[in-house]
Amino acid sequence: MNNPLVENYFRMDKLPHIWCPGCGHGIIMSAIARAIEKSGLDKDKVCIVSGIGCSSRAPGYMDFNTLHTTHGRALAFATGVKLANPELEVIVIAGDGDLSAIGGNHLIHAARRNINLTTICFNNNIYGMTGGQYSPTTATGDKGTTAPYGNIDRPFDITQLAAGAGATYAAKATVYHVNQLQKYIEAAIDHKGFSMVEAVSVCPTYYGRKNKKGSAVDMMNWLKDSFVDMKIAEKMPEKAVGKFIMGEYVNKVEPEYTELYDQVIERLKR
Amino acid sequence: MAVSKDDLMVHIKEEWCKGCGICIAYCPKKVLGFNEHGKVSMLDRDNCIKCGMCEMRCPDFAIFLGGKENV
Ligand SMILES: Cc1ncc(C[n+]2csc(CCOP(=O)(O)OP(=O)(O)O)c2C)c(N)n1
Ligand code: SF4
Ligand code: SF4
Ligand code: SF4
Ligand SMILES: [Mg+2]
Repeated sequence: MNNPLVENYFRMDKLPHIWCPGCGHGIIMSAIARAIEKSGLDKDKVCIVSGIGCSSRAPGYMDFNTLHTTHGRALAFATGVKLANPELEVIVIAGDGDLSAIGGNHLIHAARRNINLTTICFNNNIYGMTGGQYSPTTATGDKGTTAPYGNIDRPFDITQLAAGAGATYAAKATVYHVNQLQKYIEAAIDHKGFSMVEAVSVCPTYYGRKNKKGSAVDMMNWLKDSFVDMKIAEKMPEKAVGKFIMGEYVNKVEPEYTELYDQVIERLKR
Repeated sequence: MAVSKDDLMVHIKEEWCKGCGICIAYCPKKVLGFNEHGKVSMLDRDNCIKCGMCEMRCPDFAIFLGGKENV
């Protein structure tokens, strides 16, 4: 038998996907499908938009309205889709490079406007598709094709970047902590306003090999040991020393962009 | 839509399994293993608690909980 989730929400003829064995991107794509199923959204009312990258191939497999655009510009296209058709649930899938390097401006301005888009960042801390160049989320000292002696840049925390730019929902979880990840994606879909979930992924092929991180399972174990839930960190700060914090960083209500836009139209009709 | 666990079982779509070992590593009951082709295989169905964690962490939709009747 086939998995009913796959039959309902994926283009069966396009599977299996091209991602490498153990690539975390498949775990995130599956969590998104389960979150959409849980939210009870009509498939025809969902539009999934991506840019370019391994992560950005996801919409090719997903059986919704889908738009595979240019590198870094998914949020710009998604903004257009949402303004033209505000009743669509528009979900953006973007890699860390796509969203925080070439597309960094689109991210901060979509967040600033608080437009009702749901962005899922597939953060594997590297440019996977083009062969392992370091990205704005590569840790200082880590290696990439373009940083053979170790990266001297300081990394972005994409969740805090989105929050700082005005996102009204921003959360972080990993592909190891998949229940939590799915829960945040559900909340982000339900949220009215700009929401972003940073899904910390693994790229065993480039990031893993270049940084001698071992197998996909070794990398998942690293996620398990390196991330601490925000609620635990608050209660027991000693457990959070030297760890990354996952959880809901922001969850608040502010005026939403397409509604403000409609209000202008209504006002001018009078 | 509540489906009883009694009606569910783990299914494997071997041709989609890429042998990454993630489901095997994190199965709480350690009932999964590799077969001779390096693909996942159910070693001890009686002790599977049908938690669905293998399905949730499989990057390739190659393992999932589904209805029993279709085996
Ligand atoms: C305008 C433009 N510049 C550069 C590229 C080359 N390019 C394709 S994907 C990519 C980065 C991919 O990294 P990321 O967004 O993190 O996705 P991943 O592959 O890691 O999932 C780059 C630089 C391009 N396709 N278009
Ligand atoms: S190169 Fe990395 S990100 Fe791309 S499919 Fe392979 S493991 Fe995944
Ligand atoms: S359902 Fe749970 S117990 Fe059964 S094989 Fe999957 S992970 Fe293991
Ligand atoms: S997680 Fe999926 S692809 Fe990896 S070994 Fe298990 S069934 Fe195969
Ligand atoms: Mg990347």
